[in-house]
Amino acid sequence: MVKRFIKSRETFLICAIILLITIISLRFPGFIRPQNLANVFNDTSPLILLAIGQMIVILTKCIDLSVAANLALTGMVVAMVNVAAPELPIVFTLMMAVSLGALLGMFNGILVWKLAIPSIVVTLGTMTIFRGTIFVISDGKWVNSHEMSSAFKAFPRMEILGLPVLGWIAIITVMVFTLVMSRTTLGRAFYAAGGNPHAATYAGINVGKTQFWAFTISGALAGLSGYLWVSRFAVSYVDIAGGFELDVVAACVIGGVSIMGGIGTVIGALLGALFLGIIKNALPVIDISPFWQMAISGCAIIIAVALNAQANRKKGRIILKRAELKT
Amino acid sequence: MKRRTLTSLTAGLSLAAGLFGTTAIAADDMRIALVVKALGIGFFEAAAEGAKEAAAELGGVEIIYTGPTDTTAEGQIEVINSLIAQGVDAIAISANDPDALVPSLKKAMSRGIAVVSWDSGVAPEGRQMHLNPSSTDLIGNTIIKLAADHMPDGGDVAILSATATATNQNAWIEAAKKALPSYPGVNLAATVYGDDLSDKSYREAQGLMTSYPDLKAIIAPTTVGILASCQAVTDAGKVGEINVTGLGLPSEMAGCVDSGATKSFAIWNPIDLGYSAVMLAHAIAKGADAAPGAEIPMGRMGSVKLDDTNSAAMSDPFTYDSSNIDQFKSIF
Repeated sequence: MVKRFIKSRETFLICAIILLITIISLRFPGFIRPQNLANVFNDTSPLILLAIGQMIVILTKCIDLSVAANLALTGMVVAMVNVAAPELPIVFTLMMAVSLGALLGMFNGILVWKLAIPSIVVTLGTMTIFRGTIFVISDGKWVNSHEMSSAFKAFPRMEILGLPVLGWIAIITVMVFTLVMSRTTLGRAFYAAGGNPHAATYAGINVGKTQFWAFTISGALAGLSGYLWVSRFAVSYVDIAGGFELDVVAACVIGGVSIMGGIGTVIGALLGALFLGIIKNALPVIDISPFWQMAISGCAIIIAVALNAQANRKKGRIILKRAELKT
Repeated sequence: MKRRTLTSLTAGLSLAAGLFGTTAIAADDMRIALVVKALGIGFFEAAAEGAKEAAAELGGVEIIYTGPTDTTAEGQIEVINSLIAQGVDAIAISANDPDALVPSLKKAMSRGIAVVSWDSGVAPEGRQMHLNPSSTDLIGNTIIKLAADHMPDGGDVAILSATATATNQNAWIEAAKKALPSYPGVNLAATVYGDDLSDKSYREAQGLMTSYPDLKAIIAPTTVGILASCQAVTDAGKVGEINVTGLGLPSEMAGCVDSGATKSFAIWNPIDLGYSAVMLAHAIAKGADAAPGAEIPMGRMGSVKLDDTNSAAMSDPFTYDSSNIDQFKSIF
C-alpha cells in the first residue's frame, strides 16, 4: 500500500509541484507567501472545475472540446439575465448556471449516445454553435462591470477563512467528485465504460448512457465556471475563455488521465490543473520574455505526456517463463 | 501604385471641378451624405451628431445620414448607388470593405461627387482622401500623457498590451517609448502581454503589482487589457495607488471610472470624427485640392495635412474622465 502510494502518479506530481514552487521562489521569494499561494489556487479554480469534468469525459473514451464555449455561453446568459433582473438572488443565478451548463452538456451527450457520432466531432461542432449563439443573443455587445449588480460580482470574491468563495467551490467540488468516483455506481461505471467497453456491456452497463452522463457533468461544471468566470473578471463577451478547452485537456493529461480512457483520478486532475495554474501565475512575476512563456508552457505539457506514455506502456505478456529466464 | 493613384485622382478632380458649376446651379443647398457601416450603432449615431453640428456651422448644407441595416459591403454599394441617383454633392463613408466599394465610389466620383472616407478607409483609387481618427505617434504620446497627468512626482509605469505580435499595439508602444523623454520622471518599468484574454491579462496585471510594488500606473492600449487591469487593481485594493489608463470604450469603462481605478482614458471621439469628415467633404466639394501635401481646414478641429496616400490623421485621441463619461457611455 505504502509502496503503491510512493510510486503513484499523484505523489510524483506533488513532488513536481513542490519543486516548481521552490524554483520559482528562488527567483521571486514573494511567490511562496501563503496569501499569494491562496491567490494562485483561487485563480486556478475554474481550471480545476473544468478539468474534473473533462477527466470524467476522457475516462469514458470521449473528449469534450466545447467546455470553454459552454462556459462563455452560460456566462453570457447569466450576465444578461442579471442585467435584466438585477434583484434575482445569487442562489438562483448559480442554479441557472449549473442547469443551463448541464443542458448544453446533455446536448453533446445525446449526440454521442443516440447518434454514435465521435465525441471530438460533436464537441467541435457544438463549440462553434455555442460561440455563435453568444454572438446572436448578445448582438456582439459586451456586458460590462457597471451593468452587473454588485451581489453578482461580490459572490465569488467573498472571503471565508482567507480564501475566496471561488476557491472553496473548487475544494468542495474536488471532495464531492472524489466520493462520487470511488463510492457510487455511476462513478465506477465511468471507469468501466472507458477501461473495457465490451466487458462493461456484458456487466450490464450502458456505455452510451454513461457517456451521456459524463458530458452532462462536464457541462454542469462548465456552466458553474461560466458564472464564476464572468463575475470574477466582471466582463462578458463572445471570446471569453477562448482556447481554454486546450488548457483543460492539458491539465487532465498532466494529471495522469489516460487519453485512451479508463485511467485517471480526481486528485490527478486537481494536481494537473494546479501545475498549469502555478506556471501561468509564476511566469508574469519571474520576468521571462513572452515568447519563452509560450514555449515553457508547451514543454511542460509535452514532458508530462511523455512521462504518461512511459508509465502507461503495457509490458509485454510473458508467455514462456523459461525464455525470459535465459535472456 | 502611387502614380496610378495620382492619375485617377487628377481625373476625378478635374471632373468634379467641371461638374461643380452645374450642381451649384441646380440646388442652393449642398447635400453631403454621411454613409456609415450600419445604422443603429451608437458610435455612428454620435458621428451623425457631429455631422449635423458641422452642417449648422457651415450653413446651406443638408446632411443625409444613411447606411445599410447590417455591416455588409453589398448594402453600402446599394446605398451609394441610390445616393448617386439622388445627385448628392459629397459622400463621406466609413467602409465595410476597402476594395469592394471602389467601383461604385469611382462611378460617384466620375459624376462629380466628392468622396471622402473616414474611420474605416477605402482603397486610394476609390476616394479623394481618407481621414484616420488618429495616428500612431499621436496615440503613443497620448497614452503616456494620460499616465503622466496623474503622476506629478513621476514614478514607474508599465504597459499591458495584447499579443506580443500585434502590429498596431507594437507600433503604439514604440511611439509611446519615443514620447517618454518628454515626460521626465516617468519610467517605463515593463511591457507585458495579456494576449487579449481577460484571464491572462488579469494575471499579468497582478504580476505587475507584485513585481513592482511602487507602480503608479498601468497603461493598456487594448479594451480587454484595460478592463482586466482595472478589475485586478480593484480586487487588490489598490484603487487610488495605481491608475489604470490606456485606450478603451466609454460604455465598457464606465464602471472603472466610477470606482476610481481609472482616472482617465482615451479613444477617438465619434462626434469630432463625423464633424471633421463633413468639413473635409464640404471643402473638397467646394473645390479644395486633395493631393499629397495639401492642407485642408476642418473648422474647430484645425486642419489636416494629407500624406502620400492622401490620408490624414484627425487629432489626438479624445480623453474621457468622470466629467464626460456619463454623456458618452450610452453612445458607444
